[in-house]
Amino acid sequence: MEEFALTKIVNHHGTEREKLMPILQEIVDKQSYLSDDDMVKVANALQLSAAEVYGTASFYSFLPTQKRGIYVIRVCKSIIARMKGSQEVLQAISDQLNLKPGETTADGLFSLEEVNDIGWSDHEPAMLINDKVYTDLTPEKATRIISKYLEQASQSKLSFNPTQN
Amino acid sequence: MQNIRLTINSIPVEIEAGKTILDAAKKAGISIPTLCHHPDLCVAGNCRVCVVEQLGARTLQASCAVPVSEGMEISTNSAKVQRARRDILELLLSEHRSDCVNCYKNNQCELQELAAKYVFSSSELIPLPALQHYSIDASSSSIIKDDSKCIRCQRCVRTCSQLQHISALAVANKGSEQKISAFMDKPMANVVCTNCGQCVNRCPTGALTERNYITEVMHALHDKNKHVVVQTAPAVRIALGEGLGFAPGERVTGKMVAALKQLGFDAVLDTDFTADLTIMEEGTELLTRLKKVLVDGDTQSALPMTTSCSPGWIKFIEHKFPEFLPNVSTCKSPQQMFGALAKTYYAQKRKLDPANIVSVSVMPCTAKKYEADRPEMRDSGFKDVDYVLTTRELARMIKMAGIDFSALADLSYDSIMGTSTGAAVIFGATGGVMEAALRTAYEIITGREVPFENLNIQPARGMEGVREAAVKIEGCEDNWKFLEGAVLKVAIAHGLTNAYKVMQAVKEGRADYHFIEVMACPGGCLGGGGQPMPTSAEIRQKRAEAIYAEDAGMPLRKSHQNPEILAIYDEFLEKPLGHQSHKLLHTVYVERDWN
Repeated sequence: MEEFALTKIVNHHGTEREKLMPILQEIVDKQSYLSDDDMVKVANALQLSAAEVYGTASFYSFLPTQKRGIYVIRVCKSIIARMKGSQEVLQAISDQLNLKPGETTADGLFSLEEVNDIGWSDHEPAMLINDKVYTDLTPEKATRIISKYLEQASQSKLSFNPTQN
Repeated sequence: MQNIRLTINSIPVEIEAGKTILDAAKKAGISIPTLCHHPDLCVAGNCRVCVVEQLGARTLQASCAVPVSEGMEISTNSAKVQRARRDILELLLSEHRSDCVNCYKNNQCELQELAAKYVFSSSELIPLPALQHYSIDASSSSIIKDDSKCIRCQRCVRTCSQLQHISALAVANKGSEQKISAFMDKPMANVVCTNCGQCVNRCPTGALTERNYITEVMHALHDKNKHVVVQTAPAVRIALGEGLGFAPGERVTGKMVAALKQLGFDAVLDTDFTADLTIMEEGTELLTRLKKVLVDGDTQSALPMTTSCSPGWIKFIEHKFPEFLPNVSTCKSPQQMFGALAKTYYAQKRKLDPANIVSVSVMPCTAKKYEADRPEMRDSGFKDVDYVLTTRELARMIKMAGIDFSALADLSYDSIMGTSTGAAVIFGATGGVMEAALRTAYEIITGREVPFENLNIQPARGMEGVREAAVKIEGCEDNWKFLEGAVLKVAIAHGLTNAYKVMQAVKEGRADYHFIEVMACPGGCLGGGGQPMPTSAEIRQKRAEAIYAEDAGMPLRKSHQNPEILAIYDEFLEKPLGHQSHKLLHTVYVERDWN
């Protein structure tokens, strides 16, 4: 992130230790992930070590420290999700996109992740694609959803809008 | 403060309010197992090994974290506690690669000790998957990090943050993936680690250990073509005994020399010799800087000047306050001065080919290993110090060789470079370099001894984290008239958190010191990261007393009186800060990033 943009975020929140979370969240909101350089700059601003900032970021699934694809698919890995078949759903998506959890497709379109509880335990298996929730999944249903995204992506290739779902 | 009365295992105990159940149990002579607890560090309460049962409480209490309250009835050994303790240890063991017989910490591991005491049936727990795929970080010259042995007690994290103000290590990830990690899981060699080894000193398992050079040194000792010299740092002689069955604070100087000779070193020499030399060089440097700034109005010479003996401190200031690198004395540490001279002066005097000399040092320090590996440290034309052993490694080598250490008769250091003064041995305690420097500098300026009884500069001593002193200079010799009436202000800091405080005060213009002594480790070198374990304030205090006793017993107690120092200037170096000194005894520093 550009120096001035990051400084603006830090100035807005302040430099107390407890402001670390909102600062990191805002950076992720703006550019989807935290770069090494961002974490070092935040650490310096808040008088923390870079390792401490990384420690906090790495605790949260939603504070990624690696560049992500345009569509981030997050499949819940809670025990309830597993009981309801989340592993099969994950496998289906993985096969369809030829993508292992934690990876991003070569074209930069999709990232696949397993995350802790996303708050839909009563409708597991559930997944998020960016901010959109899909619940009560089966492998077939999940594959259909992904196909729609693939279609959308190929259609809008010329004027691609990453925020459009 | 009011006292609290409670019972532990029906034994009545009275203790000050604010103390923990663990403190009270200790007072009552009852032992409770602990792992994450460490007397130098804040409470973590994460390992749960110390749980006890409190009458009326629903759950077991972590005794290290719960303060005593009036009328508490505690049981440390009930069936419930015993079962929980075993379960907790089994859980910890399921996350630990228990490869004990092959482990460097075998028999010196706190987890192993507790397992031996409390776990005696095979566990039904499934080992954590992470244990099957691990890598060992051996990137650092000083410290080996093996995550598969880590039980996440976070002593290292607290050490690095609280004692050292660095936080090179932090807790990353969560759940079964939780690990102690540097920034972005980078190798230790590529992060802000100062190599001080305080984490190694406090790690209860084999997760953090020193990189050891025992095999390399043994190999050199068995090579008939090599002349192997060894130097021993001041703080080794007062702590080595702890690794060999002696009580903390017992001085084993003569036995150590004897053991090193039995191990086969061709010459057993003393880092104290170059500690005296450091005083000559650094003292002269300080006086030169004072003159340049106060008399010549030179703006290039930086004050306050800081000491440069502690390689942990050097790496810290390189990372954290690079703008103050001109303030650091250009003197190499005694270890590196020794190394540079061993392959030049010593080689010439003994008519040896420096290519055939293997230079070994025994240090209380892990950062010395890094220091010896620095590319700047090759002024002799060779690697000045080939291998650095910690006090712990030497204790191990003595045991391996089957030497009955306690039965050894005392021997003296060889010569040359084996003679030293009391001023050198106190380098091993916080404040010692300052005291040694003042003993010599004051006398150079005034022609008189420092005005303290028996040369003991008490304000420089003690364990307060930051200490200040002011010495008024009166009755100067002609050359030093410009200092007449001046008040020399000095500060002493040990532990990098205290060093940070002092440097921050200097940076913000809140302090007007002329000279600052910094030692990276709590207590100075005597509390170094390479010293025998365990460590605590009491143990460090005993070691400090031993250091000052060693000084008091020396016939010469001022560096400039050392006859070998006079001889080396006469025969080889000419004068302090002279051409040869600059070439061999002084160095430069490197600006580094803070991440």
